[in-house]
Amino acid sequence: MAQPLVKKDDDRDDEADYSPFLGIEKGAVLQEARVFNDPQLDPRRCSQVITKLLYLLNQGESFTKVEATEVFFAVTKLFQSRDIGLRRMVYMMIKELSPSADEVIIVTSSLMKDMTSKTDMYRANAIRVLCRITDGTLLTQIERYLKQAIVDKNPVVASAALVSGIHLLQTNPEIVKRWSNEVQEAVQSRAALVQFHALALLHQIRQNDRLAVNKLVTSLTRGSVRSPLAQCLLIRYTSQVIRESANNTQTGDRPFYDFLEGCLRHKAEMVIFEAARAITELNGVTSRELTPAITVLQLFLSSSKPVLRFAAVRTLNKVAMTHPMAVTNCNIDMESLISDQNRSIATLAITTLLKTGNESSVDRLMKQITNFMSDIADEFKIVVVEAIRSLCLKFPLKHRSLMNFLSNILREEGGFEYKKAIVDSIVILIRDIPEAKESGLLHLCEFIEDCEFTYLSTQILHFLGIEGPKTSDPSKYIRYIYNRVHLENATVRAGAVSTLAKFGAMVDSLKPRIFVLLRRCVFDNDDEVRDRATLYLNTLGGDGAVVETGEDVKDFLFGSLDIPLVNLENSLKNYEASEEPFDINSVPREVKTQPLAEKKAPGKKPTGLGAPPPGPPSTVDAYEKLLSSIPEFANFGKLFKSSAPVELTEAETEYAVNVVKHIFDGHVVFQYNCTNTIPEQLLENVIVVVDASEAEEFAEVASKPLRSLPYDSPGQTFVAFEKPEGVPAVGKFSNMLRFIVKEVDPSTGEAEDDGVEDEYQLEDLEVVAADYMLKVGVSNFRNAWESMGADFERVDEYGLGPRDSLAEAVNAVINLLGMQPCEGTEVVPNNSRSHTCLLSGVYIGNVKVLVRLQFGLDGPKDVAMKLAVRSEDEVVSDAIHEIVASG
Amino acid sequence: MSKSRRDADSCPAIKNILILDSEGKRVAVKYYSDEWPTNSSRLAFEKSLFTKSLKSNARNEAEISMFDSNIVIYKFVQDLHFFVTGGDEENELILASVLQGLYDAIALLLRGVVDKREALENLDLIFLCIDEIVDQGMILEIDANVLAGKVAIQNMDVSAPLSEQTISQALASAREHLTRTLLK
Repeated sequence: MAQPLVKKDDDRDDEADYSPFLGIEKGAVLQEARVFNDPQLDPRRCSQVITKLLYLLNQGESFTKVEATEVFFAVTKLFQSRDIGLRRMVYMMIKELSPSADEVIIVTSSLMKDMTSKTDMYRANAIRVLCRITDGTLLTQIERYLKQAIVDKNPVVASAALVSGIHLLQTNPEIVKRWSNEVQEAVQSRAALVQFHALALLHQIRQNDRLAVNKLVTSLTRGSVRSPLAQCLLIRYTSQVIRESANNTQTGDRPFYDFLEGCLRHKAEMVIFEAARAITELNGVTSRELTPAITVLQLFLSSSKPVLRFAAVRTLNKVAMTHPMAVTNCNIDMESLISDQNRSIATLAITTLLKTGNESSVDRLMKQITNFMSDIADEFKIVVVEAIRSLCLKFPLKHRSLMNFLSNILREEGGFEYKKAIVDSIVILIRDIPEAKESGLLHLCEFIEDCEFTYLSTQILHFLGIEGPKTSDPSKYIRYIYNRVHLENATVRAGAVSTLAKFGAMVDSLKPRIFVLLRRCVFDNDDEVRDRATLYLNTLGGDGAVVETGEDVKDFLFGSLDIPLVNLENSLKNYEASEEPFDINSVPREVKTQPLAEKKAPGKKPTGLGAPPPGPPSTVDAYEKLLSSIPEFANFGKLFKSSAPVELTEAETEYAVNVVKHIFDGHVVFQYNCTNTIPEQLLENVIVVVDASEAEEFAEVASKPLRSLPYDSPGQTFVAFEKPEGVPAVGKFSNMLRFIVKEVDPSTGEAEDDGVEDEYQLEDLEVVAADYMLKVGVSNFRNAWESMGADFERVDEYGLGPRDSLAEAVNAVINLLGMQPCEGTEVVPNNSRSHTCLLSGVYIGNVKVLVRLQFGLDGPKDVAMKLAVRSEDEVVSDAIHEIVASG
Repeated sequence: MSKSRRDADSCPAIKNILILDSEGKRVAVKYYSDEWPTNSSRLAFEKSLFTKSLKSNARNEAEISMFDSNIVIYKFVQDLHFFVTGGDEENELILASVLQGLYDAIALLLRGVVDKREALENLDLIFLCIDEIVDQGMILEIDANVLAGKVAIQNMDVSAPLSEQTISQALASAREHLTRTLLK
């Protein structure tokens, strides 16, 4: 066995914190590493030093580049030693150091020698190390040995080669694919792990060839796979085949189901579980198919091993969502798990029971849960709350006890996420179960009396403002709301003022009292609160007269703002006080990643309080700011649209460049984002030379070079073109990156004085029709379509020729037009022969456009399309047709 | 780690193997996933994992928990805490078999005395064992006897004068041991 690294002390037992590495220090160990250079190597000493180096790395210590190189070179000297243990440590050390390409060359020959050695351990490890550090160029040289190793009679060597193949497949697929004969042979190996690795590699080589995977599965499910791990893989591949062939076999037995069912009787638990899980996840699984899988999972529930119980209850929990009846047989076992030591298991058991339980068992379960809630973590409590919510929606008659439970836990201690989950649940129950409304609102009112989370308070106040006035006795909520004005911070106070105003607007009898309260708020010490109070007093007619509230006032109070708040905020920041009042219509409506249509899609139940999820900050604002700060572009007017970045270089090239197309009414600006990936270079005066000979309507007017582009800090250079105003001109541009390159000394980071001019060819760039279209959704397409009218409607039919699928054709047209798909119509159901897709957008010149696309399959592959366009301008309607006709 | 292995139908993947002491300090750790790219993110993961698992009773049977959308299986022995992490869609029992293989192999290598002191004094064996059990996230070997055999090969006759003869003898016996365990 290995030697202790430090001489044992007799009395070391007294030391509580004894460690052989106590006081270890990087500098000293690096000094010690000099023994690697001794002419007379001491293998044991060297092994110890390597262990210390590995210990340092393991503790998170890092070596500088110089230190790592030094250690690496010293370690390579150790190949001279024939000590087998030391060699093994050397292999591990080389992998940890992950040497650079020029360092790899130093060890290549030693490793290649070991790869062909008679010693199995050398061969196996040399293969792993070499494949780990090689960059691919070497691979062709060692390919022959790797192929031999795959079918080596020593399983360790074969596994090493196969696993290395799996890793290399990511970087050098074409080479690894040539090994499939050897890999196939290895699948038949008698050694368990070799079979597992060979199967994994073979499947990865063939994964894109559906037929080959099918054949592989067919032959292996008949034969006998010995290794449990390989059997698990086979089950996964089999479910994949079943999934992909499901459409063809609507009737009759599911192919391969017998194989999966047979695996439920395997002797290894991991295989049984894998098969059971696979069965539960089958598309459209029937209860007859489910039964045997549920039976084995039920047995696992009473296992003494927590891992088995967890795996089983987690799977059953998922099944309960779709097939609650199938799981009811396990209810007794499940109930005993409520008191499981492992809280994850207990929580999963409870939520499963809540899903499968019937109405009569609800009260009993709630009792058990109440005892259990206090000693689980918040994240589990959230799971329970969500389960209660769905239970309540399932059994609306039980809302009283469930609502009571929710309000009780709302009063107890808990973090924000937990409290939010409870509040969300109560809100959903109020929305969906009318009988629960009044008690739910009162629970929420009580909660805000003592709520430490500003966010929740304001959300609840907002909700009260909408629901409260519609109740039988709105006046009883006023007290709770007005209390907020006294006791809370400014944000909550402002929210309370708005809520009061809503009560005033909706309930005429309350108006005089609301006015009294609002007038008091005018003396608040916070601007926002005062402003809101004044605003509402004016809009509601606060002169004391009780008048009918106007429609537009209600609209203002209750209507939603259909402008992204980030955009509004930004436009307000840019607005300079002047004679001209701020125009809300000038705010850009484009949302980059969170289309309005999706957020407001009808029929989709708002989750929780209806607070829109915080979208990522729009990049449009950032671009607008950036461009307006450049004097050359300042007079181009308002930015219409910025495209997503288009890559102009391959990944991992010397210079990485992508371009963003900024469209103005009469100009186009290309923003080239450049990154220099060579540490030894500094680029100066970087500019992109654009040849616009294939873009006739464009004329270059300005360019802004980048002064300096150091390593790894991206910079931008711009080129601007003039184009006919308002016209969606298209064209192709070829780009050449031109710069002065200066050598940089990597150790000092200083650049040389003299540079050389150089060029770098970039890929071409196109301005297409879609660049002139903003993705702007509409919430109700039919309404928008009807109200747009048929005045400028243009309808025509097109043949799209043979296409891979209907979905592909739909996507192609959406991308061509660059419009926002509405109401989820961009998704084409499987196997449909026809499809209607609705699109909406704003064309350059701020013209609203709506498009209705009807696709149909004409013959086996040919797709035909009917395109109907409505817009506010017939020229634009025609332009859309032109885009499609020329696309 | 490579992307393709994240796909649903792919190979079981191990995200990390951790051996910590009773205060949560590292004895030996190995990360295979780029989910934790920096040392500080790794330390943070270890710290919260250690704190959360501390209360559980993972002494007799391995325990299991969901942790930041990962499944973690763990086992405590004396003053050592063993952890194996995998993705949340992973077969829990495969992860458990990796942990079991690791622990059993280490127990064999340390001759039954599995504690922090013994582990640190034989840290080279622990490192080798981790190196042999998983290769860049891919399970390499889980049979404890084979694992221990592979690691112990290197430490035969380290101090004895070497000749081709003794090496091949040592290897022959090791190979025999290996095939025996494979066939049983």
